[in-house]
Amino acid sequence: MTTILDPTNERVPVTRQLSPRTGEISGNVALLDISKPRGNVLLDQLEALLSERLPGIRIQRYAKPTFTKPAPDALKAEIFENNDFLIEALAD
Amino acid sequence: MQSGEALPAFLLADGEGGEKSFPSGRPAIVCFVKDDCPTCHVVMPVLDAMHQALGAQIDFFVAGQTSEGNRALTDTFAPSFPVLDDASLKVSFAYDIDTVPSLFLADEAGALRQALVGFVREEWQALAQSLSEDAAVDLDWSSLPEWRPGCGSLSVDPLIADRLRAEAENSPLRARKIEIASADDEFEFMFDQGFSDGLPLVPPTPERVLRMLSGTRRDPQEVLGVMPPNMGDVTVEKAAINAVMAGCRPEYLPVILTALEALLTEEYNIHGVMATTMGASPVMVVNGPIRERIGMNMKLGALGQGNRANATIGRAVRLAVRNIGGAQPGGTERSTLGNPMKFTMCFAEHEERNPWEPLHVERGFNAEDSVVTLFTMTSGPTLIVDQDSRTAGQLAGSFGLSLEAAFHPKAHFATDVLLVVCPEHVDTLTRDGYSKADIRARIQEVTARPLEELVENETSAVGFKKAAFEAMDPDARKRVLPKFKTPDDIHLVVAGAEAGKFSGAFHGWATGEIGSISVSKKIEEV
Repeated sequence: MTTILDPTNERVPVTRQLSPRTGEISGNVALLDISKPRGNVLLDQLEALLSERLPGIRIQRYAKPTFTKPAPDALKAEIFENNDFLIEALAD
Repeated sequence: MQSGEALPAFLLADGEGGEKSFPSGRPAIVCFVKDDCPTCHVVMPVLDAMHQALGAQIDFFVAGQTSEGNRALTDTFAPSFPVLDDASLKVSFAYDIDTVPSLFLADEAGALRQALVGFVREEWQALAQSLSEDAAVDLDWSSLPEWRPGCGSLSVDPLIADRLRAEAENSPLRARKIEIASADDEFEFMFDQGFSDGLPLVPPTPERVLRMLSGTRRDPQEVLGVMPPNMGDVTVEKAAINAVMAGCRPEYLPVILTALEALLTEEYNIHGVMATTMGASPVMVVNGPIRERIGMNMKLGALGQGNRANATIGRAVRLAVRNIGGAQPGGTERSTLGNPMKFTMCFAEHEERNPWEPLHVERGFNAEDSVVTLFTMTSGPTLIVDQDSRTAGQLAGSFGLSLEAAFHPKAHFATDVLLVVCPEHVDTLTRDGYSKADIRARIQEVTARPLEELVENETSAVGFKKAAFEAMDPDARKRVLPKFKTPDDIHLVVAGAEAGKFSGAFHGWATGEIGSISVSKKIEEV
């Protein structure tokens, strides 16, 4: 991780670049459970709906070890390498 | 914090003209509160009842987090103890609290015995009972809520926490820290954030910025001025951050700070310079001993690329304008064509090759002063190619004819110019004993045109308006106008290589009150 100092007058929050939106969903879709209670319930529903509406896609399920910490680098790399889309579910 | 650990000592104003110091040599309760926290409003009467019962044996240090809030707490609850002023949040930060109310029970030496966070009735009641052997705390505990979560302490507010951390670490840095994830490319990230002029930037890490700040003795938080259009405070630190990004060395920083001070003056008018559709930009000319000290180029290729000081000082100033002021192309920067000089334009005058007074002396400084001068240009350097003139009159005549092109040949009294005379041309001029005043006079002489030639016509509508011209009496119509309103609008400096009869001219922008007036400023730190 690199830390830099903000060169601006700090009136605007730092923005992160969004990935390009293609307008359609195809290929591999990752569903990431952050391991909060009932996140899996939400993702089960999402998986069922996506499979029904988009039969051509392949869904892969992932889970973070704990919601309290960022996903481990290895997990992020694995999701990034093997998927075209990612849906991350919050819960509670 | 562990039980038995020494709590941070502090001295806080009591809002009544006095101060209270912890540890005090007696057992103590230290409690942090803030007025806009409902849970703090629950505990204030509890603290008051405890103080009334226990104040004889235990010192109470109840610290509020804003001065205004403390006054409100005092007015609302009229507590029997003073609400101490921790508006600077330094003590809250030192106690590393996330939540208010946070209560710490300390022994005589100031060591921690117990800590409570938020309000859990049982815990507070148990604490009160454990402390009051004979003096019962007069309170109807059952009327209080069983449990209330605390509120966020102001000392962990994201807008404040970085500053507090920097102060606690004795760091001079106050700028917002931006973390770039290890999987992100830091160079791409800075492009994405809009920090760049289009070229890669050096990441302004805290280490690099601290190193840059070693180039000045000025306080990093000193405000040099306010940068339009967003009216951002230009601190020494912010200038240093932009200097790092531009690729500067620390010893360039005094030049950059002074250039920014010149740029932020009313006369220079950076807002107009950036906003104009004409594509104006500052040209910086450096004079005095600092030129040599920081290795600026004033000789071969002085106006071009290849010298780090010239290139990065100019770029640092432009990046500061962009990032601190927020002037960006398409926003308030509205150039029709733009201008490559908007990346950077800074050079030094070759004073030793100048037979006349150098620019800064002409502008009222001592020869041994180091000075930066800002001139606003819209075109140039436009080359004046004259390899043939052998007399000063001819050569200065060539300067004048070439300068006719500034803005438009029919535009007289419209702008000013920065003329960069090359050494071979200097020799031709001095052989005939020409002074700067002679050069200026000759330029004005050869550019002088009868007013009737400058009136709008079929060839071009630029120039004096026809209706106004026709309304003038015949004598006035015969008036002759030189190119420049005054000879002072011709700024002269010397730079360039020994070989080549090519001088250059930066054409100005609207000058005078309505536009930008050149500003020179002494670099105090050299």
